[in-house]
Amino acid sequence: MAAVTLLHTKGLSRRFGGLKAVQNVDFDLKQGEIRALIGPNGAGKTTFVSLLSGRIVPTEGHVFFEGEEVTGDPAWRRVRKGIAYTFQITSVYAKLTAYENVALAAQSALSRSGAVRKKDLDRAIAEAIEKVGLSDRARMKAGELSYGHQRLLEVAMGLALRPKLLMLDEPTQGLSDAEIDNFCALVRDIARNATILLIEHNMPVVMQLADSITVLNAGEILANGTPAEIRANPAVQAAYLGS
Amino acid sequence: MLATLEGLLQAAVLTLIALGLSLVFGVMRIVNVAHGEFYMLGAVIAWFVASLLSLHPAIGFFLALVISPLLVGLVAYASERLILKRLKYDPEATIVATIGMLYVIQQVVLIGFGPDARPVEAPFYYRIRLPWFGYSAYNLFVMAAAVVLLIGCWYILTRTRLGLIMRATQFDSETAQAFGIPVDKVYGYVFAAGAMLAAVAAVLIVPIRQAHYLMGLDPLLLSFIVVIIGGLGSLRGTVVAALIIGLSDGIISVFFSPTLAKMLSTLLVALVLVFKPEGLFGAKAR
Amino acid sequence: MRQHSAFKVVGLHLAVIVAFFLAQFVLPDYHHLAVTRVMILAIFALGYNLLFGYTGLLSLGHALFFAAGLYGAGLTAFHLGWSVPAAFAAGVGAGFFASLVIGVVALRTSGVAFMIVTMMFSQVAYLASLYFTTYTRGEEGLVMPEAARHFDLFGVTFSLTDPSLRYNIALLLLAVTLIVVLIVVRGPMGRVLIAIRENEPRTLMLGYNTFLIKLKAFVISGTISSIAGAAYALLFAYVGSSFASIQYSIEALLFTLLGGAGTVLGPVLGTFAMFYLIDIVSGFTAAYLLVTGIALIALVLFFPKGILGTIRERWMTWLP
Repeated sequence: MAAVTLLHTKGLSRRFGGLKAVQNVDFDLKQGEIRALIGPNGAGKTTFVSLLSGRIVPTEGHVFFEGEEVTGDPAWRRVRKGIAYTFQITSVYAKLTAYENVALAAQSALSRSGAVRKKDLDRAIAEAIEKVGLSDRARMKAGELSYGHQRLLEVAMGLALRPKLLMLDEPTQGLSDAEIDNFCALVRDIARNATILLIEHNMPVVMQLADSITVLNAGEILANGTPAEIRANPAVQAAYLGS
Repeated sequence: MLATLEGLLQAAVLTLIALGLSLVFGVMRIVNVAHGEFYMLGAVIAWFVASLLSLHPAIGFFLALVISPLLVGLVAYASERLILKRLKYDPEATIVATIGMLYVIQQVVLIGFGPDARPVEAPFYYRIRLPWFGYSAYNLFVMAAAVVLLIGCWYILTRTRLGLIMRATQFDSETAQAFGIPVDKVYGYVFAAGAMLAAVAAVLIVPIRQAHYLMGLDPLLLSFIVVIIGGLGSLRGTVVAALIIGLSDGIISVFFSPTLAKMLSTLLVALVLVFKPEGLFGAKAR
Repeated sequence: MRQHSAFKVVGLHLAVIVAFFLAQFVLPDYHHLAVTRVMILAIFALGYNLLFGYTGLLSLGHALFFAAGLYGAGLTAFHLGWSVPAAFAAGVGAGFFASLVIGVVALRTSGVAFMIVTMMFSQVAYLASLYFTTYTRGEEGLVMPEAARHFDLFGVTFSLTDPSLRYNIALLLLAVTLIVVLIVVRGPMGRVLIAIRENEPRTLMLGYNTFLIKLKAFVISGTISSIAGAAYALLFAYVGSSFASIQYSIEALLFTLLGGAGTVLGPVLGTFAMFYLIDIVSGFTAAYLLVTGIALIALVLFFPKGILGTIRERWMTWLP
C-alpha cells in the first residue's frame, strides 16, 4: 500500500520581530498515520501547528494539503478542506449545550456538500457525542462540564468536522489517568478514518499512540523517526535535558 | 485673516475638549459619549454662577472658572463610581451607559435651564486694533489660556508623579496594580479630569458663544474626529489634529455650508476608522 | 426535543398576532393609531435585534436603514409620482443596497469601532437629508400627495386614510417579519449567528466564513428596518429628517434591550412598553428623552437581558 502524503510543508517559517519561532521547516505527514510532535517548551510546536491550521500567517514558506497549495487560505477555508484543530486552551461555547457545540461542527461539515438535512445533522451529532462518551451529558451547558469532559467535547467537535487531518494540541493536559486511557482508545479509533497530528508532552502517551514522532527544537526539526529511534536519539535527549 | 483667527480660537478650545476625551480613552479604554454634555454642563453652570451672583463680570467669570469645573468633575466622578465602575468598563456597555448619561444630563439641563440660549458676560471688553480690523482681546485671552492649560497638562503628565501614575495605568493596568497603584481610584480621577478639561473649555468659550442645552453635540463630534485622527492618548497627536480640524472647520464653515463640511468630515473619519484604525481602536494595547 | 417546543413557539407567536388582530376592534381611536405606529416601529426593532441580539453586533446607526426605506418610498411617491406598491418596493430596495454597501465597509471593524463607524455613517445620512433640503425639506419634511394615499389591487381601490386598513397592513407586515425572523433564528443560520456572537474566533476555526455570514445578517437586518421605514412613509404619509437622526438609532437599541435582546418577541414587547412610557411622560414634560436616558442606564446596569431575556433564563428556556 503506497503511502500518500497528506500534508507537506516547504521552508515554513514564522518570525515575531526578532524571535524566529519556526525556522525553515520541511515537514511531511503521511495519510493514515498517527504522528506525534514533541519538543521542549518554547520549541515552536503550537506556532507550527497554528501555521498549519491557518490561524497564523507564515513569514516564509509553503503549506500543501492533498497536493494543493493552501498557504494563502484563511483558517476557515482550510477547515472546509479537511484540516481540523482542537485548541490547547479549551475554547468551547460555554453558554451553549454540548449538543449545540457539536451541532455547529457537524453543520459545518455537512454544509460542504450542499443543504443540510435535519436527519443527517441529528445523526452526525449523535455519532460524534457517543464516540467520545458524552451522550448522557449532551444537554448540559458546556461551561458546566468538568475540565476532562470539556476536552472530550473539543474532540467531539473535531470529529464532527469529518476531518482528513485532526490536529490535537496537548489534549491530555489536566486529565486523570483513567481519562487518559480512555482518550488513547478514542484516538486509536479516530485514526482508522483520519490522519492525526498530536502535540504532546506526556511521553507514555506519545510512545503508546504514535506511529512516528517529529521532534521540534528552537523552531527547527531536530529529528524524525519511530518511537524507538527517537527514544535512543542522543540529540533528542540533550534537547530535553538541556546542555 | 479673520477666518484664521477664528479657526485658531476653535482649535484652542477643541484641543482642550479633545484632550479630555483622549485622556479618558487612553487610560480607561472607554469611549465617553457624554463628553460633550460635560462641556455643556460647564457652560451652564458658568451662567448660573455669573448671573446668580450679580457681581462684576470679571469676578463672576473667574469664580465660574473655578466652581464650574469642580462641580462638573464631581458629577463625572459620581457617574464613574456609580455606573461605569459597576459595568467593569466593558467597552460596549459603557458606550450604551454614556449615551444614557448624555440624555439624562441634557434633559435635566433642559428642565432646569430651559431651551433658550443665554449669554454670559465676558470678564473684560477690549478691542485690539490691528491694521485691518479690530479683534476682541478676550478671544486672544482664551487662546492664551488654552495654551497655558495645555502646557500645564503636558507638565503634569510627563513631569509629575501623578502623571506617571496615569501613564503607567494606561500602559499596563495589571502591572500598575501589582505595583500598588490604586488603579480603581485612578480611573475615577481620570474620568473627572477629562470632564473638567471640557468644562474649563466651556467656561472660557461661553462669553463668546452662549450657553445652550444642545451645545454639547457639535464639540462631541469634532472631538471624536480629533481623537480618531490624532491617535489615542497622544498629547501631541491631539494638539496637531485639533489645530488642523479647528482651523479647517472654521475656514470651511465660512466659505461652504457648515452642513456639507460636517457631512464630509464625518464621512472621512468613518472611512479612516475602517481602513486605518491605528489612530484609535486598531492599536489595541495587549 | 426541538419538536415539542416547536409547537409552543408557533403557538405563542400566533397568539401574539391574533391578540394584535383582535385588539383593533376594542381600541379607541387614539390607541388604534398608536398601536399601528408601534407595530411598524416593532418591525424596525426586530430587524435591529437580528444583528444586535443574535449576531452580537451593536450598531448605532440603524436609523440609516429606516430612513433609506422612508425616503426611498417617500421621495419616489412625492417627486416621481410612483404608485404605493412601487414606492414601497423602492424603499425596500434602497434599504437593501444601503445595508449591502455599509455592511461590506463597516464589518471590517468590530466592537467599539463598529459602533462608532455605524453611528458616523448614519450621521452622514442624516446630514445629507438636511443638506439636500430642496428634495427632502429637511426637518420640516414632506407630506405625501393625494395620489399616494390609495392604491389599487385586484381592481379594488384601497384608501390608506382608512385607519382599519392601515392597522391591518401594519399587522400583516409585522406577522411576515416575525415569521422571517423565526425561520432565520431557529434555522442553521441562526445557530451560526449565535456562535459568532459567543465566540467568533472559534466559529472561524469550525470552517465558517464569518465575514460573509455577518454580512448576510447585516443585510437582512437593514432590509427589515427599511421595510419599516417604507411602510411608515406610506401609511402615515410623512417623511422628515428626524427619522434619520441618531435618536432613532438609539430607540431601536432601547426597545430591543428593554424587551430582551436575542429573543424574537423581545423587540415587539420593548417597542410597545417604551412607546407608551414615552407617550405618558410626554404629557408631563418636554424632556421625555430623560426617560430614554434613565432607561438605558438602568437596563445596562441591572437588567441587560431585558424582560423576555430574563423570563427565558428563569422559566421559559424554549423561547427563541
